[in-house]
Amino acid sequence: MGEVVNNGGAFRTWLNKRLPVDQFVADQLTGYYAPKNFNVWYFFGSLALLVFVMQIVTGIFVTMHYKPGEATAFNSVEYLMREVPYGWLLRYLHSTGASAFFVVVYLHMTRALLYGSYKAPRELLWVIGMLIYFALMAEAFMGYVLPWGNMSFWGAQVIINIFNTIPGIGPDLVEWIRGDYAVADSTLNRFFSLHVIAMPFLLALLIMLHLVALRQVGSSNPDGIEIKDKLGPDGKPLDGIPFHPYYTLKDIVGVGLFLTLFAIVVFFAPTFGGLFLEKPNFEPANPMSTPEDIAPTWYFTPYYAILRAIPDQRLGALAFALSVLAFVFLPWLDRAKNKSIRYRGLASKVLLGMFFVVFLMLMWLGLQPAEPTYVLLARICIPLYFAFFLLLPFVSKADGNGPVPDRVTYHAH
Amino acid sequence: MSDHAADDTVPEVDESRRKFLIAATAGTGAVGAVLTAVPFLSSWSPSESARAAGLPTEVDLSKIEAGQMATFFWRKQPIYVVRRTPEMLASLASHDAELKDAKSEASDQPAYTKNADRSLKPEVLVLIGTCTHLGCLPKTRFTPGDASVMANWPGGFFCPCHGSKFDLAGRVFNGSPASVNLRVPPYSFKGDNTLVIGQDAASAEKGAA
Repeated sequence: MGEVVNNGGAFRTWLNKRLPVDQFVADQLTGYYAPKNFNVWYFFGSLALLVFVMQIVTGIFVTMHYKPGEATAFNSVEYLMREVPYGWLLRYLHSTGASAFFVVVYLHMTRALLYGSYKAPRELLWVIGMLIYFALMAEAFMGYVLPWGNMSFWGAQVIINIFNTIPGIGPDLVEWIRGDYAVADSTLNRFFSLHVIAMPFLLALLIMLHLVALRQVGSSNPDGIEIKDKLGPDGKPLDGIPFHPYYTLKDIVGVGLFLTLFAIVVFFAPTFGGLFLEKPNFEPANPMSTPEDIAPTWYFTPYYAILRAIPDQRLGALAFALSVLAFVFLPWLDRAKNKSIRYRGLASKVLLGMFFVVFLMLMWLGLQPAEPTYVLLARICIPLYFAFFLLLPFVSKADGNGPVPDRVTYHAH
Repeated sequence: MSDHAADDTVPEVDESRRKFLIAATAGTGAVGAVLTAVPFLSSWSPSESARAAGLPTEVDLSKIEAGQMATFFWRKQPIYVVRRTPEMLASLASHDAELKDAKSEASDQPAYTKNADRSLKPEVLVLIGTCTHLGCLPKTRFTPGDASVMANWPGGFFCPCHGSKFDLAGRVFNGSPASVNLRVPPYSFKGDNTLVIGQDAASAEKGAA
């Protein structure tokens, strides 16, 4: 990696003998060469890190006013919203942050699908990323339970009951997760503990591993060719530029645009028409009354649509689990020589395009009530969803081997 | 004495003894780690007070009119009690072919309610009111012929979450995401109008009632 040029004074020398600050900066930023042809799709990695930090900071402050427990949780959130100075802002920053996290992560994943970023040698980078995604789903789900609104309660009831379908141990496992015969105080308190301590630690660890793995293999790029294959006389990639200052500055532009959109949502549409915070969650949890239409928050609905459309409990849960886990296997399902969609044939483009459409369609269907029309549409989408993963090995093998450019496509600006 | 001389006295390494000691140390550590996990994992099980709150509950049925349903709580779960009319009971026989488990073979109920109307006293239906699919509360759709539920609807329950449909004995219809009938809790009667939820009836009681 990068060599350290120490032109600092006595203190800097003293410091670096004891803590390798300059070496770290050189390895991670100034000496880390990234491809020069990044486009807008490459904003979302650094934005995901930004949202993670925002969630930690707003989470710390929201926790100062939140009181876990059946009797206190809902009122403490209302107290935060109505009585604490700027409490409404803290809460909306945190709740909007959860949805923003998924927007950014889904776009980050879309980038990987478009440009084959998950292919060798980046398989583990992708797998670690998927683990982050799963941990994020658990973190978001438990966070949604904490305000103890009616959708919190029934959402928890439905999601925990999915484990009921595991043969043999299901019912005992569900009772163990809840700590009671129904979703109750015990459930809420353990979710609070996991949400504020265990999962953030796990996420931080996984994010660190994700970055270490990225530094090891280097970033891919829209052309999907390896810049490390074309080195200049100085041993640096010809098509690479140092991450700092080039991409740190570029990312600041992304951050500015993102925060503008984020602020607009926080101030003008914090519930986002019931998508980010659902209406039934503004009334307290009521074990006597299931909300008229139970739908999880939007980022879970593609999988949820699959779960409820299959007219068999165990098969439904199995398809639900498979639909989430299938992404993990992409590096081995995709057998094309080329990574990027730019250098793949029409069949690959159609297949990937169909998958994006089906995913968004299922996302929308999962938000609709469980009426026959919507269930029927979901049943049409489910085979198409899995067809993507099953056809990918053959389609990618057949039309992903055309010529690729020698150097990255780049126009100076 | 020089260091060199001391080195010469060191005996040959006994490889098998070393392997055994490594395995024994690692094994003991692993067993210790697993045993240490027990209290942490056990702390998630229902607490003593949660268990105590699961004792049988007595409820009064005298205020439930024919054709109506009341909801009680037992073990923090809603218990549906329906006083079925003769028409409701008659409707049960009409749609066996449309049910996933008409005879309740795969479903969860006390032995004394594993019969055609899934009850001790035919006019009193007692069910755990959480959908066997994913635990939502099915809503009452008692009006026969309610086309918004399905064609030829005989009356029963409809789960708003995922669209499972159950008849007036809690039996699940084909095409529902739920695979088994609504569960029946253990229960018995004290006199005509007191229902004891959570306490088993003697199997012979069905005949007497």
